[in-house]
Amino acid sequence: MKTQRFRLAAGYTVLTLLLIVLAVVNICAGSADITLSRLRSTLADPESDKIAYNIITQLRLPRTAAAAILGGALAVSGFLLQNFFANPIAGPYILGISSGAKLTVALLMVLSLSQGFAVSSFGMIGAAFVGAMLSMGIVLMISGRVKRMSVLIVCGVMIGYICSSITELVVNFSDDSNIVNLHNWSMGSFSGIGRGEALTAAAVVFPACIASFLLSKPMNAYQLGESYAVNSGVRIKAFRAALILLSSILSACVTAFAGPVSFVGVAVPHVIKSIFGTAKPVRILPACFLGGSVFCLFCDLITRTLFAPTELSISTVTAVFGAPVVVYMLLHRERGRVNG
Amino acid sequence: MADMILRTEELSAGYGKKVIVGGLAIEARRGEILTLIGPNGVGKSTVLKTLCRQLDPLGGTVYIDGKKLSELSGNQLARKVSVLLTGRVKTEYMRCIDVVEMGRYPYTGRLGLLSSEDRQLVTQAMELVGVSELADRDFDRISDGQRQRVLLAGAICRRPDVLILDEPTTFLDIRAKLELMELLKRLASEQNIAVILSLHELELAQRVSDRILCIRDSAPDRTGTPEEIFSGGYIGKLYGVPEGSFCEAYGSPELAPVIGEPEIFVIGGGGSGIALYRRLRRRGVPFAVGVIHENDIEYPVAAALGAEVVTEKAFEAVSAEKLAEASELMKKCGRAVCTVKRFGTMNDGCRSLAREAASLGILENEENI
Repeated sequence: MKTQRFRLAAGYTVLTLLLIVLAVVNICAGSADITLSRLRSTLADPESDKIAYNIITQLRLPRTAAAAILGGALAVSGFLLQNFFANPIAGPYILGISSGAKLTVALLMVLSLSQGFAVSSFGMIGAAFVGAMLSMGIVLMISGRVKRMSVLIVCGVMIGYICSSITELVVNFSDDSNIVNLHNWSMGSFSGIGRGEALTAAAVVFPACIASFLLSKPMNAYQLGESYAVNSGVRIKAFRAALILLSSILSACVTAFAGPVSFVGVAVPHVIKSIFGTAKPVRILPACFLGGSVFCLFCDLITRTLFAPTELSISTVTAVFGAPVVVYMLLHRERGRVNG
Repeated sequence: MADMILRTEELSAGYGKKVIVGGLAIEARRGEILTLIGPNGVGKSTVLKTLCRQLDPLGGTVYIDGKKLSELSGNQLARKVSVLLTGRVKTEYMRCIDVVEMGRYPYTGRLGLLSSEDRQLVTQAMELVGVSELADRDFDRISDGQRQRVLLAGAICRRPDVLILDEPTTFLDIRAKLELMELLKRLASEQNIAVILSLHELELAQRVSDRILCIRDSAPDRTGTPEEIFSGGYIGKLYGVPEGSFCEAYGSPELAPVIGEPEIFVIGGGGSGIALYRRLRRRGVPFAVGVIHENDIEYPVAAALGAEVVTEKAFEAVSAEKLAEASELMKKCGRAVCTVKRFGTMNDGCRSLAREAASLGILENEENI
């Protein structure tokens, strides 16, 4: 008990510190370097350095906030899915849910470009949510038939490929100058997220995460199996529906603003669980959010700075760190099965 | 003293629309253990699942503490009935104490945080079940027996009126089985809980149950005390096994006898022949036995396995009549073995039987068989 408490305290402290440090670095670093002292003086007196102030408030701050909020959303979405499927390798990207959202958003974007109407942020989230739910529906149908988790994951990856190729097709056939943006988005990126969009994302993500946190207790019982949860008095249908809905909303929101971001949903909860040494949702769900924020801030920093001024897509970087974690988990799980 | 806590009226249990067991009148009392037995696939689990509302009844009513099961909220039900299921779950990063603490689920608030009273109950339950030292171990990395006990501690700290266990002995070795049974017995009487469980092991059912409910052909067949159930060859009928192959006194099964002309005559008694009977049965050698008293410890085995058995009434000396019968049978066999090492007044006849075999030159050493 003592070690657990210590681990929790230490974990949360480190994550919070990392979040602050990375946020500051993300705001400062970039093609126009802003030193810490310049940041401080600019924020104290916006009039003194108009350029820096504009860069910070118009570009870097929204982008940093978006990376933190959406990264957290992804990790929480992954954590919910892992609990739902009782499988540590489940996640919005790996199960093809992000790709489903990507497809519907791309369709809406192309449609709006060709028809010349503007789509609001909420409209985008709505479209992404529809796509996410469609993919989720297919995944749920498959999971109803096959119990083997690896099969489910392969199916999820295939759904992802199908959605991605249709998206590419749609994007290639639409002839518009905005296509470059669309292409960037479909690869996944936090660039170009403005203040309004960041606020919208926050308005969706935070309530969804709080709602998820309030599901901690039934989620904990559900970790011991569906029947256990039922015997504990969990209203199982409502609970399962809530898990699916919340994880879809969260990953849809991410996809609407940043496109598909890979592996955060799987890798972050896993790392958090093993560092904290517990899977109790009430203890680690907030940590998953923080971890996702930290991870995405770190990866976004790399996308912007590694080959500046060229930007990488966010998934390129998250995959480099996230995919090995997933491979390790798969190996670990299979080995566990042989020994057990 | 024994007050009824759970009762069913004309209960039908099954999946979907298909009734698997119908017409159940179950009565469970505080402080008593009620065991469900019956052949595989007869629907024991289905009944238990219906009692804890994992399945909806397809007919009839379940009353818990006088209230209809269907009218209880999930939380109320969880406070009254604890369930231990067979299925194994793979958990990750879950310590045993976390699992036990989950037992307090119906009593904790929105976020499931435990009060100091909850913690105290958790500690007590773990001590009672004897898993205190496992508290910080990973639930996924302990033995099946330990896991069962941890789950049981969780079920106990819920302070239920009824404890339902579906084949709790499935993954356990013999020692863990015995410990679990002793524990259940203690829980039932100390905590005044009604325990309802299903069992495969008849010998355990016989020893631990206060009442036994037998299910056969999709209906309750018989209810009663172990003495009532384990008598008159009923168990053999229930499971459809040949007469005599189930020993009611010990609750243990034997293989069916090898049918045929007996080739070896065994002069047994006092339990000395049991190993040999079983060895001959394994090798498929038909054999005859004599003269065994009906109250002899090895009588059930001899009766179950011997192709022919010469018996004598309990507490009577071996009569001349029986001796002649045995002697004739022995001569027909042409080979004889005497497993008895010590003769007394009651089996003096067997001593002369052994002498006769020796003089006929057909007496062989037990080790050479």
